[in-house]
Amino acid sequence: MIFLLLIICSFLVFAIPRQAKVFYNLLLVAGLAIVSTWLSVDVFLSGTTHTEIFPVSFWGTTVELIIDPLSALFICVINFTVLTASVFAIEYMKMYRHKSSFELSIHYFSFFMLQLSMILVCMVHHGIAFLVVWELMAVSSFMLVIFDNEKTNVLRAGINYLIQMHIGALFLISAFIILHIKTGSYDFEALQQYFYHYLSIPMFLLFFIGFGIKAGFMPLHTWLPHAHPAAPTHVSAVMSGVMIKLGIYGILRVAFFLQADMLWTGVIVLGVSIISGIGGVAWAIVQHDMKKLLAYHSIENIGIIGMGMGLGLIGMGLNNPWLIILGFSGCLLHVLNHSLFKSLLFYGAGAIYMKTHTRNIEFLGGLIKKIPVTAVLFLIASLAICGLPPFNGFVSEFIIYRGLLGGLDSPAIWVKVIMLLALISLVVIGGLAVFCFTKAYGVTFLGTPRKTDIAAVTEIKWYSMIPLFMIAAVIVFIGLFPQLVIRPINYVVSNVSLNIGVASDAAYASPLIRHIGIAGAVFIGIVLLMWILKKIITRKKPVTVADTWGCAYAGNIPKGQYTATSYAENFTDIAQPLLNIKTNFRPLDSEDIFPKQHSFETESEDLMEKKVYSRSIKFLNRVLSRMAVIQTGNTQHYILYAFVMILLLLILTVLNLI
Amino acid sequence: MAGFILILLCALLFPGIIVRTKSLASGRKGPGILQPMKDILRLLRKGNVYSRTTSFIFRLAPLVYMASIIMAMLLLPLGGRPGIISFEGDFIFFAYVLTTGKFFMIIGALDTGSSFEGMGASREALYSMLIEPAFFVLMASFAMYTGHTSFYDIYQSLYFNSYLTIFTGILAVYVLIQIAMIENSRMPYDDPKTHLELTMVHEVMVLDNSGFDLGIIQFASALKFTVFGSLMANFFITPEMPLYTGIIIFACTQLAFAVVVGLLESFRARHRLRNNNQAILTLTPISILVFFSILLIITKQF
Repeated sequence: MIFLLLIICSFLVFAIPRQAKVFYNLLLVAGLAIVSTWLSVDVFLSGTTHTEIFPVSFWGTTVELIIDPLSALFICVINFTVLTASVFAIEYMKMYRHKSSFELSIHYFSFFMLQLSMILVCMVHHGIAFLVVWELMAVSSFMLVIFDNEKTNVLRAGINYLIQMHIGALFLISAFIILHIKTGSYDFEALQQYFYHYLSIPMFLLFFIGFGIKAGFMPLHTWLPHAHPAAPTHVSAVMSGVMIKLGIYGILRVAFFLQADMLWTGVIVLGVSIISGIGGVAWAIVQHDMKKLLAYHSIENIGIIGMGMGLGLIGMGLNNPWLIILGFSGCLLHVLNHSLFKSLLFYGAGAIYMKTHTRNIEFLGGLIKKIPVTAVLFLIASLAICGLPPFNGFVSEFIIYRGLLGGLDSPAIWVKVIMLLALISLVVIGGLAVFCFTKAYGVTFLGTPRKTDIAAVTEIKWYSMIPLFMIAAVIVFIGLFPQLVIRPINYVVSNVSLNIGVASDAAYASPLIRHIGIAGAVFIGIVLLMWILKKIITRKKPVTVADTWGCAYAGNIPKGQYTATSYAENFTDIAQPLLNIKTNFRPLDSEDIFPKQHSFETESEDLMEKKVYSRSIKFLNRVLSRMAVIQTGNTQHYILYAFVMILLLLILTVLNLI
Repeated sequence: MAGFILILLCALLFPGIIVRTKSLASGRKGPGILQPMKDILRLLRKGNVYSRTTSFIFRLAPLVYMASIIMAMLLLPLGGRPGIISFEGDFIFFAYVLTTGKFFMIIGALDTGSSFEGMGASREALYSMLIEPAFFVLMASFAMYTGHTSFYDIYQSLYFNSYLTIFTGILAVYVLIQIAMIENSRMPYDDPKTHLELTMVHEVMVLDNSGFDLGIIQFASALKFTVFGSLMANFFITPEMPLYTGIIIFACTQLAFAVVVGLLESFRARHRLRNNNQAILTLTPISILVFFSILLIITKQF
């Protein structure tokens, strides 16, 4: 009931005065968040699946809204991020003064619809209804992406996004149709029957591709690096933080019904995830656009999440409860963790964009002196996304590591080798993430400003700071008390693993990771101790402030600093075959006695986008343009085609062929 | 606890032994064993000079770096005695907490806005990224061999009895020595005594640190050596040994390690900077070799 009431209320946003729209939106979002979180928490507390009858019937069947532990977890994650985003939007949307009231209304309406559809996606189990809310999610997020529609590249990114979402939907539709034909039901639950009777890998792949486009697995990721920079920051935070996770939700939903071939699906998921993880972070390193960099990091983190999932699936195949618990717990915990630090990073990037109006990190520098609070929060998020202790990213990566090490104990040698490969990949991903975020953080916040004048840069308003502080607090909390957070996640995993028929102890992972929290706390304690020690020892010592040592030169040249490009160069040298970086630079000739201004430019292109997509599209274009011969535009010809068709049908019928 | 104190004590002598070995190898008398520590003590008593470009990150970085190494020391066992903090999977924490320290050193270097330090920071970040797989594969191999994932349990149940295990042990020690050389930016990967900033790695990152900060960075480097030395020493200490034998073996290993470092630095030329990446990456295949030989051992047992 409350859902319906909120939906009706959401239309009122068009009638609200423009100043109040953002608050009205916050109110609606908060209302929906409270109701749905309440229902979800109730699932965890009472331990039952919550069912509610939705009053609308689809094709004669009433559609039930079901909150089981898996959806409850996702709903909580969605609500937290959407709520922080709509608080952050209050100040951020002030940048769009030139927008008409109607455009703003559309924006807020879509924002609410996005939240609603994301929550419904988690609740609906009926295939057709699921596709409807899935579509609603795609369209509302599309509207949000193209908010800044005066810019051509924003529109292009938006349309690219919309088309790719529909390609994904196509896969889902065909999967559901096949499901219906074979089992007579559209429900997700029918998959169990399907997987029991028929070959599971093709069906799983259909779902995997359909959901994988949303999740952004490489090579299905090409919409992501375009859409995230195009959208307003709070929208990118929601899209990157939670919306792409619904792809993960979908894959998990399907995967838990698998009856056979779990091992192979696990290996496939693991393989794709490794590619996404390493590819995502490798391309992130060469980006200069802060939001594009973060978008590529989303792909990387989806890779880590997928590695957990693949591990869990392999565990299902090997009938190893240890792997199932660790794999899926790591996967789900990383879903939560990534939504936290990624939204915090996006808000940080948004705060910088609000004040400097640039997203190019090459122009920035020295911001830490102007906005120290944002800088500290961004640092926490950076450390967390690199998976460094004592923050939350480490906890989920640790669980996945433990799972991979557990997989090494399995008797089959090829499983051991796969586990080793995955282990190496995870280590490489971690190392590259450190490389990337030392670059992003160092170039943006530290040193001196490179091109942009930052004299007028100030902190964002206190109320925009609230969500940032809240997220940072949760990040630290999970880092220090992981055993408290792992409990509901374990509950989810043990609940679904009952479906699989593997009894697994829910309390498995909890004692395992309690020590991480303790060790993290000890680490913070040692840092504090060192700080006190320094204070005591250097209490009466002089502190001199001087220039940076410049090889006997005292002049501090901002342009002489290391830039993001030069910082990354050591890496790009090695990874050139993958990154395919083009340098646009003409060196000085011997005739250039009076050299004029020179420019240096590097750009990298997404290998997948170019090799996989552009090529196949070119091929399609070529083939289809040959087919276009029959499209003459002449009415008589079309009548002829119809006539030939009817004749053909007639002959075939007479011959009893159809 | 015993392990923690031992590492601390050995670290006091470690740089001195390296310097002494180097001076003996080049036919000089050389300074006393304690001279590097005296230098560090002098540094600790000095005031600080900070660049006006820097922020609190620069002041925090050395502290976090030091703290990360102390944290790593807490995790290390000594023979039959577990580390002060010991849990399943602590070697993952060990590697990651060291990376946290490095993260801060890197952004501390970038904080100065100096192009030299940016250069060093970039190299440090790259090398630590390239070296990590080797360490993890090594530890994962031993975890697979013993069925445990904490330092203490791994060393407890690790024993070298056949030729193949001794071979893997030698390989592992080789890889660990190389990792220690890279982590500390020593020869053949980086020459701490070089005078050209353009070819430095670690030293160029701390160009702007002074006084107390520089002192603890240098002490942290000494500690890092002994941390890796104790990883090696634990191979030779079996749980049945009494404490004093363990201590003697530990001290001898550290001494041997320091002498090896000194000799390496005396008789090897450093790699060309461009070749460093390749040389560091080679360690991962070597540790994969360890993995596969352990795989052979396991399957032979079954």
